[in-house]
Amino acid sequence: MASTIRVRAVASGDTTEVQALVQHPMDSGFVKDAKGQLIPPHYIEVMEFQHGGKTVFTAFWGPAVAKDPYIKFSFKGAHKGDDLTISWVDNKGQSDSLVGKIL
Amino acid sequence: MRRAVMLGLAMLALAAPYALAAESQAADAVNPQADFKAFRKYFTERFPKVPLNDFVNGPYSMDAGLRKQWEEIDAFPPYQFAVDKGKEMFATPFADGKTYADCFPDKGIGIRQNYPYFDGKSGEVITLDVALNQCREANGEKPLDYSKDDMAALTAYMAFTSRGKPFDIKIPDDPRALAAYQKGEEYFYTRRGQLNLSCASCHVQNPGGHLRTEVLAPALGIVAALPIYRSEWGGMGTTSRRLTSCNSQVRATPLKPEDEQYRDLEYYLSYMSNGLPISGPGARP
Amino acid sequence: MNNNNPSKQTRSRRDRPGQTRRTVIQGALAGGLAGLAGVVPLRRARAAADASKWPKDAFSQKKEADAIKALYGKTPEASDKVSLDAPEIAENGAVVPISVSTTLPDVTSIAIIVSENPFPLAASYPIPAGTAPMVANRLKMAKTSKVTALVESGGKVFSASKEVKVTVGGCGG
Repeated sequence: MASTIRVRAVASGDTTEVQALVQHPMDSGFVKDAKGQLIPPHYIEVMEFQHGGKTVFTAFWGPAVAKDPYIKFSFKGAHKGDDLTISWVDNKGQSDSLVGKIL
Repeated sequence: MRRAVMLGLAMLALAAPYALAAESQAADAVNPQADFKAFRKYFTERFPKVPLNDFVNGPYSMDAGLRKQWEEIDAFPPYQFAVDKGKEMFATPFADGKTYADCFPDKGIGIRQNYPYFDGKSGEVITLDVALNQCREANGEKPLDYSKDDMAALTAYMAFTSRGKPFDIKIPDDPRALAAYQKGEEYFYTRRGQLNLSCASCHVQNPGGHLRTEVLAPALGIVAALPIYRSEWGGMGTTSRRLTSCNSQVRATPLKPEDEQYRDLEYYLSYMSNGLPISGPGARP
Repeated sequence: MNNNNPSKQTRSRRDRPGQTRRTVIQGALAGGLAGLAGVVPLRRARAAADASKWPKDAFSQKKEADAIKALYGKTPEASDKVSLDAPEIAENGAVVPISVSTTLPDVTSIAIIVSENPFPLAASYPIPAGTAPMVANRLKMAKTSKVTALVESGGKVFSASKEVKVTVGGCGG
C-alpha cells in the first residue's frame, strides 16, 4: 500500500534540499536470528534521484548502511512544484520507486 | 572520587522521596501529591541546568554528545514508518464497521497524555495499550500482542497526535486507585533480579550515568517518549517490551506484558510526569 | 547476487506484519526483458535504479586500501577542506549519523570508509554537476574505528578521518 520511501524535498531559491528515509531491513549478513542462524544479507545497493530526466544523486550502498536508511543531499536547478523521482534496488533484486513533489 | 561523592549524594537523595512516601504511609494515607513534589524537586535540584520539559528526552537531556546524534536522527526519524502504519490501522474499520475512534473520547486523537487511568468499574489501571485491545475485543476483533509491532504502530500514532501535550494523570479519591499507585511506587523502588537493582537504582540514583554502554535516563518523564524506536532493536518497542527488557537486563524474571504490576508501575511513573509533555514516539539508542 | 534472473519470485520477503508492499521489477528494466509473465508492473517511475552500476568490487574488499584502490585507483591525501562530521562516541553502532561536506572544487564523488568494518567501504556517492558536494547518512559500525571521508575532486582524491568510539556494535555485537 504505502511506499517504502518517504521524502522531504524543499526548494529554497535555486537549491533543493532532499531528505529521504527508506523502510528496508538493510541486513548485513553478520547478524544471527533467535535460532542462531545468520540472517542473509539484504540491503539496498543503488538508490537514484532524478529530476527533469536527469540523475541528480545516486547512492551506492553496502551492508554497512543503517537499517531504514536515511540520506540527505542538495542540488540546483529544480523549482517548487517539480517532480522528484526516487527509486532503489537491492541485492535481491527487489525495488521500489516514488515520485515526490518538491515543496 | 567525584563519582563516589555523587553516588553518595544520590543515595541520600534516593532516600528522600521514598522517605517522604514512607512518612505519608505511616500517617495512614498515601500522598501522591507530596511524592510528586519531592520527586520533581529531587530531579530539578540534581540537574538545575536541564529545562523541566527536557527531562522527557531521557538520556539526551543528560549528555550533549548523544543529544546531537539524536537530533540528527529525530530530524527524519525511523519511527516515521510506525506512525504511518498506525495512522492507517487507526482509520481502518473493524469487521463490524466501527473504528478505534468510536471507543475513545475526541475520536482518539490527542488523548494519549490521559493514560493510564484508573477504571472504577474494574478496579484496575488501564493503560493505552490495554484500552486499545479492549476496543478491539468490544468490536469482535482479536487483541494485539502487547509486545509486537502492530501495537507499537498504533500507540506510536496516538502518541504522535499528542506530542507536546502535558501528562494529565488522575488519581481519583478511591482507595483502590491509591493502592494501585502505591503498588507502582513500591515496585519502582524494590530491588530485584540477580543484579539486585531496582528501577530507582538506575533512573533515580544514576541518571546520566553509564550502565555498561548506555546512558541512563532520568525517571522523571521517562514514560513520555513511549513507544520507542531503539537502534538496538532496529525497530519499535511498546511499553511492555521496554519494561520486560528492563527486567531481563537486571536478570529478573519479567512479568507478562501489561501485567497488573506493570500497569501500576506505569500509573506511578506517569503521575510523576504530570505536566511534562508527551515526546513520543521516541528514538533511542 | 542474481539481479537479472527473470525466474525469481516477485514477493517481498520481509515477514513483519502489515509490511508495506514493494513493487518488484525483477528484470523489467527499460526494454529488453519485457513480456515477463507475472511481474508486478512498475507503479510510476519510468526508470528504476540500475543495479548494474553498483561498484561490486569495491564493496567486496576486506581491506581499506583495497577498497579505495578499487573505487578510485588513487591514493588519497589528507585535506582539511574535507569536513567529516561524526560523533566521538556513537550512541549505538547500529545507527551512526555521519555527514561529509567539502569546499574542494569540481567534486565528482564522495565515499565513506569504516576501517574496522568487515567490508570497509560503507557507501559511495557519485556527485553529478549541479549537485552539492555534501551528503548525510546513517551507517553501521561494528566497533570502535577510524572513519574516513573520501572526496574525489579535480581528478584527485582527498580525505579526512576521525576515530569514532563504539560501545554497542552495529553488527549484532
